[in-house]
Amino acid sequence: MIRTQGDIARGSAAGEPIIRLLNVWKEFGGNEVFQDLVLEFRRSATTVVLGPSGVGKSVMLKLILGLLKPDQGRIFIDGTDITDLSERDLVPIRMRFGMVFQGAALFDFLPVRENVAFALREHKRLREDEVERIVREKLAMVDLAGTENLWPEELSGGMKKRVGLARALAMDPEVILYDEPTTGLDPVTADTINEMILKCQRELKTTSVVVTHDMASAYKVGDRLVMLEEGRIIADGTPEEIRANGDARVQRFVRGDAMLSEDSRGTKGQRDEGTKGA
Amino acid sequence: MPIRRTIANVGRYVADQVEGLGHFSVFTAQMFRWLVTDATRWRLLWPQLYQVGVRSLPVVVITGAFVGMVLAAQSYYQFEAIGRASWSGAVINVSVVKELGPVLAGVMLAGMVGGALAAELGTMKVTEQIDALRALGADPIKHLVVPRFIATFLMIPFLTVYCDFVGILGGYLVAWSYGVDTHEYWMHSADVIENWDIFSGVLKSTFFGAAIALISCYKGFGSRQGAYGVGMAALEAFVSSFVAILVLDFFIVLLLNGVYDLVWGRVGVFL
Repeated sequence: MIRTQGDIARGSAAGEPIIRLLNVWKEFGGNEVFQDLVLEFRRSATTVVLGPSGVGKSVMLKLILGLLKPDQGRIFIDGTDITDLSERDLVPIRMRFGMVFQGAALFDFLPVRENVAFALREHKRLREDEVERIVREKLAMVDLAGTENLWPEELSGGMKKRVGLARALAMDPEVILYDEPTTGLDPVTADTINEMILKCQRELKTTSVVVTHDMASAYKVGDRLVMLEEGRIIADGTPEEIRANGDARVQRFVRGDAMLSEDSRGTKGQRDEGTKGA
Repeated sequence: MPIRRTIANVGRYVADQVEGLGHFSVFTAQMFRWLVTDATRWRLLWPQLYQVGVRSLPVVVITGAFVGMVLAAQSYYQFEAIGRASWSGAVINVSVVKELGPVLAGVMLAGMVGGALAAELGTMKVTEQIDALRALGADPIKHLVVPRFIATFLMIPFLTVYCDFVGILGGYLVAWSYGVDTHEYWMHSADVIENWDIFSGVLKSTFFGAAIALISCYKGFGSRQGAYGVGMAALEAFVSSFVAILVLDFFIVLLLNGVYDLVWGRVGVFL
């Protein structure tokens, strides 16, 4: 179904998109990251945003959380226009989100327990034993039970990402934003993270937005894949639709083949088929 | 058109400086708003008190000791030449408690604490920890700047007192080694130094502490990406804090001399 911008602007009823970016423009130092970007994310689905490094995937997540402001355009969360909200007014919006940062961004001045408990202590008046229970529960969910007293510098890259996920889950968010969750990890650890994302989706029914350039991860966790290039969407569909997409730019990215051109795609495809047959 | 280009560059520089001052003013106002409306959490404050107070102590003590010793070594021969070697105690001790103790302790802390604060917060910005705080609905100024400001503001008077004490001791030891009469040395010092001198020196240091904390945290928050960006933030924090200490020192001295004159009727406003 093709949705017009008018449809998108009208608001969010049940089953409608929870996050909407309308005609968003953003530039850094004269470099246009987004040009009239229109994108929506549906509730309870996992949408993967793909694209080469520097295309603005992380910027998009920060725009959604209000950490950055668009130069033009509007951003809606569940029908509320958050574009011009102050830091204070953004707090209730941000409490509905959990974000897993690319480098985990754990607070290195706090141990794992306090990292996970941070938002609970900041926003909820809970008894200490209740905080402790939630911290243990969230750490167990990411298979890191017993690590409460460790410090961030004592954790491996994969453990940091999982603690980052536990921290994001602490407030039981409706939406989880993942910024390059598998980047820099070995394939097995990366797959563990993918399983965690699927587990959150399955058990918590959260809406997930994953930005990555890891195609294996995208195919595994994504219900829908959106591909960005030069500030615009060049493909949007299910994993199968993206695989079958005829656009050379999409195929170049999907196959990880920098040499693939519009003309050579057929030949290359045939060669691959021949190789498989052999 | 080199003249036009020069004027444009100067204009741009001035505009940037004014804009920077505006940002710093907003940053400072936000810090004071959180300071007044939401007391800091002890679990965040204790490590900062330790970092600023305890870890800086050795450097401050060494600075104070050598300042006192050098002053004694320099002044002894001047006073000896007029047959009044024991008067050197008055000069050494007044210089230490009124000026050199607070200013040099402040300068050492600008380098040590200021540089560390800017580098730490700069690294937190580069590693997205500041974004993570905001994403969790927390205010980075409240959580990161307020505890560091309180710690620096509270600890610097104690460090200044240590610096003064060790400076006085170092000066005396050198004077004693030259054979200066101990009784006369301390008697002349006690005649000249007033409680006001000690108070004004310690009071000044609190302003230095506030300036170091605010400038360094602001520079850290404004750090650019990468190791170079963090390094530059630390460097700018030290240089700006150093200049701020010198400028503040001058105006606070004028102010305190005016206050002294008003209360006790001493004539003269300048140093």
